[in-house]
Amino acid sequence: MSFERTQEKLKILADAAKYDVSCSSSGSKRSNKTKGLGDATGMGICHSYTEDGRCVSLLKILLTNYCIFDCAYCVTRKSNDIKRAAFQVQEVVDLTINFYRRNYIEGLFLSSGIFKSADYTMERLVAVAKKLRLEENFNGYIHLKSIPGASDELMKEAGLYADRLSVNIEIPTKEGLKLLAPEKNREDFLKPMIKVKNEIIQYKSEKNIIKSTPKFAPAGQSTQMIIGASGETDQQIMWTSNYFYKKFNLKRVYYSGYIPISYDSRLPQIGTEVPMLRENRLYQTDWLMRFYGFDVNEILNNDHQNLDLDVDPKLGWALRNLDQFPVDINKADKRMLARVPGLGMKSVYKIIEARRFRRLNWEHIQRMGVALNRAKYFLICESRDFERRDLTGIQLKSLILQNTQSKYRNSLGPQLNLFT
Amino acid sequence: MPITEETYLIYDGSFEGFLTCVFEVYNLKLAQPKIIRKSAFQESFFASNLEIRTDPDKAERVWNTIKKKTTLRGKSRLYYAFLSGKVEVENLLLNYIQYALKSTSPIDSNFSNPTVLTVSQIAKSVGREKHRMEAFVRFRLTQDNIYFATIEPDFDVLPLITKHFKSRYADQKWIIYDLSRNYGIYYNLQTVETITLELPSNFDPVHTSDEFFSPDEMEFQKLWQDYFKSTNIPSRKNLKLHIQHIPKRYWKYLSEKQV
Repeated sequence: MSFERTQEKLKILADAAKYDVSCSSSGSKRSNKTKGLGDATGMGICHSYTEDGRCVSLLKILLTNYCIFDCAYCVTRKSNDIKRAAFQVQEVVDLTINFYRRNYIEGLFLSSGIFKSADYTMERLVAVAKKLRLEENFNGYIHLKSIPGASDELMKEAGLYADRLSVNIEIPTKEGLKLLAPEKNREDFLKPMIKVKNEIIQYKSEKNIIKSTPKFAPAGQSTQMIIGASGETDQQIMWTSNYFYKKFNLKRVYYSGYIPISYDSRLPQIGTEVPMLRENRLYQTDWLMRFYGFDVNEILNNDHQNLDLDVDPKLGWALRNLDQFPVDINKADKRMLARVPGLGMKSVYKIIEARRFRRLNWEHIQRMGVALNRAKYFLICESRDFERRDLTGIQLKSLILQNTQSKYRNSLGPQLNLFT
Repeated sequence: MPITEETYLIYDGSFEGFLTCVFEVYNLKLAQPKIIRKSAFQESFFASNLEIRTDPDKAERVWNTIKKKTTLRGKSRLYYAFLSGKVEVENLLLNYIQYALKSTSPIDSNFSNPTVLTVSQIAKSVGREKHRMEAFVRFRLTQDNIYFATIEPDFDVLPLITKHFKSRYADQKWIIYDLSRNYGIYYNLQTVETITLELPSNFDPVHTSDEFFSPDEMEFQKLWQDYFKSTNIPSRKNLKLHIQHIPKRYWKYLSEKQV
């Protein structure tokens, strides 16, 4: 391996891959039974964190940043005047193995610009994964980016070696996609997703009958959407997500606040701030849908098309639904406890366990780690104190905001002042 | 006749030693027992001292009883909390065990009880550091073809991470060495054993010199450092979050933070 050349390529191709936000390395079981290298146990590990605070768990690179497409939002677009490079298959294998042996990474996330054709590109991605599994006896995590337009046969082969496959939907709405990536169409994204979904179902059912059936993409599929590049509402974004979770059994949808990278007039100009707070609110909403039993309609609907920036979506929902509160901490079911602002699922678990022993009061739940500054207005417990009295939603919100330190406070500025 | 004054049970600091002490608390019907590591013990005028010799059989008997009286989670919380090595953790755990043995049903999830809550909180921070060490160990390839890592965790987590590294790196020899406790674990391609090392006087645990490490080692570290730099997005910089994820005390053994 020529270190100097590899170093140059790695700089270019890691830099180009960093806008892919997926960092998951969990959800796959590949136990190391043959004294090989690596053992995916289902739990993800972040081996490091970038200075912007994102998890580094996989060697995330492009195979090449040559691309025949010209999507406005993409650094790798054909018309962008940047340095180009391409890894050889063996180079990627060597890097992955050597990084893994030093405990730098959980595995590989391999994506690519599209060169020559979709199939030609996909073939090479699959070749890397195949080499890692068959020649290197590697049991670490492999995430391959499916190339839109690749053939069903290649998608099927990819699933046999990769733990996770993803296709980036990129733009949340069909219209937005048409505007920013006129050469691509939504069907090209959906087709490989449908193929993979069906294969996963089929392999799973076969495995129930024949134990030796190989694994197919055991960590499932994910996708990502760019947020704030094409003027869509939060409702449109989350309804799209919901559709993917329900229809395609996706494991994760990632949201990526658009980072201006070009002077294209269709896009926010360079220097426009990255919508980090909005991105954060979308992730919170995603969590509420997947783990807290909320239906997407409860949080975003025609009357309420965008998330509040000044309060988290659960608190926002609670303030609009005060009739459902207060909740009795000693009696309420799990579903209702999970809806109390300030209660996370871990606190909910502790409360349900602990109240089998005695009735709980404020002190108990505070010591368990509940964020009382929010929760106290929505709960009653073994105590005569109850904080809400007859406050309206707006009064409550202002009370809570006064007592909350938000790292986004500065970026919110005037909005906050309305209530203080 | 039960002893009513304070009694110090002094043990060797091992988990088995601690369990032996618990055995003696019941065996000798001590009213006010205090269990303390030999290394932390300071002579007290008003108490009587008992030096407890670690006895694997007694320890096992206690452990089996605990297993019957607790859930799987409660049992591992006890062990995790013990490895915290915190001052007086032994007495907290003794309280926990006494409470568990007295009760007719498992008390592990009675989070309204201060002892149970504290044990679970300590166990949680040990668990967090276990997970961090699984993440932040950085192996460096030595000239003897052994992947070598040095760490200085707050808690004694080597016993907790052995299995993880053994199943993950089954085809390479490796050592993880705890410099603050001066012992390590060594995988020789077959088993993992506990070792102590006499490090050469000119050995610098932080910097990689070609005297001890393989010629390619620095090259891969450079690649990793470059990767780490290239993957950062400056317009999203958030150092507070960064430090929250990787506390500074871990930095000196992280190759990517050594620039």
